[in-house]
Amino acid sequence: MWITGAELFVKALKEENVDTLFGYPGGQAIDLFDALYNQKEINVILPRHEQALVHEADGYARATGKVGVCLVTSGPGATNLVTGVATANYDSVPLVCFTGQVPTYLIGNDAFQEVDTIGIMRSICKYAVTVRKREDLAKIIHNAFYIAKSGKPGVVIVDIPKDIQLALGTDDYPNEIHIRGYNPNTSVHMGQVNKAMEILNNAKKPVFLIGGGVNIAHANNEMTKLAEITGVPVITTIMGKGAIPTSHELYVGNIGIHGSYAANTAISNCDVLFSIGTRFNDRITGKIEKFAKGATIIHVDIDPAAISKNISVDIPIVADAKIAIEAIIKKSKKLDIDEWKKEINQWKENYPIRMINDTDVLTPEYIIKTINKLYKNAIITTDVGQNQLWTTQFIDIDNNKRLLTSGGLGTMGYGLPSAIGAKIACLDKDVIAISGDGGIQMNIQELATAVCQELPIVVCILNNGYLGNVRQWQEMFYNKRYSSTCLRYRKSCNDNCKNHDKCCPEYTPNFIMLAQSYGCQAIRVCKKEEVEKAFKAAKKNKKVPTIIEFIIDDNLNVLPMVPPGNSLEDMIIKGEVK
Amino acid sequence: MEKRWIGLFVENEIGVLARISGLFSSKSYNIESLTVGTTEDPTVSRMTISMISDDKTFEQIKKQLNRSVEVIKVVDYTNIPIHSKELVYIKVNSCSEKDKVEIFRLSEIYKFKIIDYNRKSIIIEWIEIESKINDLIKLFKEAFLNRIEVARGGSVAIEAIGIASK
Repeated sequence: MWITGAELFVKALKEENVDTLFGYPGGQAIDLFDALYNQKEINVILPRHEQALVHEADGYARATGKVGVCLVTSGPGATNLVTGVATANYDSVPLVCFTGQVPTYLIGNDAFQEVDTIGIMRSICKYAVTVRKREDLAKIIHNAFYIAKSGKPGVVIVDIPKDIQLALGTDDYPNEIHIRGYNPNTSVHMGQVNKAMEILNNAKKPVFLIGGGVNIAHANNEMTKLAEITGVPVITTIMGKGAIPTSHELYVGNIGIHGSYAANTAISNCDVLFSIGTRFNDRITGKIEKFAKGATIIHVDIDPAAISKNISVDIPIVADAKIAIEAIIKKSKKLDIDEWKKEINQWKENYPIRMINDTDVLTPEYIIKTINKLYKNAIITTDVGQNQLWTTQFIDIDNNKRLLTSGGLGTMGYGLPSAIGAKIACLDKDVIAISGDGGIQMNIQELATAVCQELPIVVCILNNGYLGNVRQWQEMFYNKRYSSTCLRYRKSCNDNCKNHDKCCPEYTPNFIMLAQSYGCQAIRVCKKEEVEKAFKAAKKNKKVPTIIEFIIDDNLNVLPMVPPGNSLEDMIIKGEVK
Repeated sequence: MEKRWIGLFVENEIGVLARISGLFSSKSYNIESLTVGTTEDPTVSRMTISMISDDKTFEQIKKQLNRSVEVIKVVDYTNIPIHSKELVYIKVNSCSEKDKVEIFRLSEIYKFKIIDYNRKSIIIEWIEIESKINDLIKLFKEAFLNRIEVARGGSVAIEAIGIASK
């Protein structure tokens, strides 16, 4: 049968089992949207901005493990995707983004709303392609879904010119994949596993360091099993959080510049570092020369390019985390390392992560621990900055709770839209976005999307009136020169202001009024005793989002912290640096 | 730091050259020379790329190239027997009679061809390995200061039969 490119596009989505599409229409995508009109199988979500659109598809993909699908128009539609594409690709989230394009005969002509989408996207995605012939369309879409979800997942851009959307062709859809330049690894080299296990089984002070790869591979149960068989303590990166339940006795904490003292010290003192699915990003290693300097390092990663990129590895294993862990389990045994575990537990006890102990102060620690208490089956998303770091320090994650956060790119504005995407994917779960007063404003227009989609998500705004994470650096390392970080600033203010006081201008916007104008429930919390009540009110609400604005002290910092350029052992535990 | 050679087989599609060169620039790897042409299979292009790098960076470059969807095969030519040649044209302007005699004499020794000629100028053509071409250009530069124009093509390479048939 002969059908248009646009009709084939819809057929392809169905063949790929797409149930949800995040789309924003425009001139060069109008035919694709027309083909989607009144389709019952595909839920088309209309956000309010294309950047948020990608984050929503990203939240949907992270929450389900399925491919997130975006559809936008050419030109500004495509350029608005950039931040979201880079965010998702950096965290290995499978997305296929379709962009409309001017007709092939106008490409290169500086036509209205024409940009070189593929040229812009090339360096921030896994694969990007323009469809140049109608007969290639089906194969390209089929390959796009395969490339996005296989191997190390990532973002694929498919740019479809308008004349291709309109052109008639066959309705054939391929069911085979053959891409000669792309053969992701689907097995594990047993020789390498044996070598690794010989080292692990003879270790005196081993640790597992687990990154996002284990969560992406959905190998959480296998990882927990491996930890329990061997008895080896588990440290995670932010992206790896939840690889085993955070309440598990073998869980030590997060590594990194805001990791726990016990985790960082254990890394610095271990004799075997068994890492799975992390690329040893600079935020986790600290000063690279001193990172795990006495340890033999084993590194499992699906991406050969991640191995020995940042640190040199003794035993590399290129494999999917789940396949690798299953193979490792077969060769593992209980290790006799009680002394080492005692040592780590001592560090945990002596230096727990705690915020100020003054019982009256409303701290993010208290807010997040209240979430731990009240929500058992939930997805937590964060924005970027202090709100994110506190969340990763205090949130409890297990098999019924997931954490979605922009780890690699660190994108402000991620929290609210990713929560919307996650909620659309998992209506049975509570979804809570934890954001700051800075980040929430980068995509606050999405409250409209959440209201329109009738999503009872909870949006926590930790409002300290500052771009808090930068403010913290300015306080600690820049002599309290608060350059461009105060969000209560007015033109008439004193430029040398060091902190907020009663005379400061009011915060703008008024989040409560703003949220209400969108049709959300809105609650402002200033005191500790109001926290639980606010969440309970949110829980009662089944139809619209609830915004809870928490007014917190402007001088709260994220600690402990490894100052820039230092090794993991040199942490600031409390207070200020001189 | 050492000179390296890579043979790269890629999809012959619009944008693939940009993808490869973009990969080098985004990672701050410096390309010394890059040539590209189609192969016996019109859907495949073959690139010969040279660069100067340390071992660790070179390993990364190969891995990064390998993970690109458009890249079909990466062959490291650095330590295997290959045949490799580059084409160069050198035009010498404002030649005196003496200069011309000198250039003809050089052609006897170096075996390059003189392919174009008038009263004042000469163009030579030479197909040689890169290092010899470097030497010849140096020699011409010294002998005909500020009067030469060089166009060189970058090397193309192919594995020697002994290894390829193994």
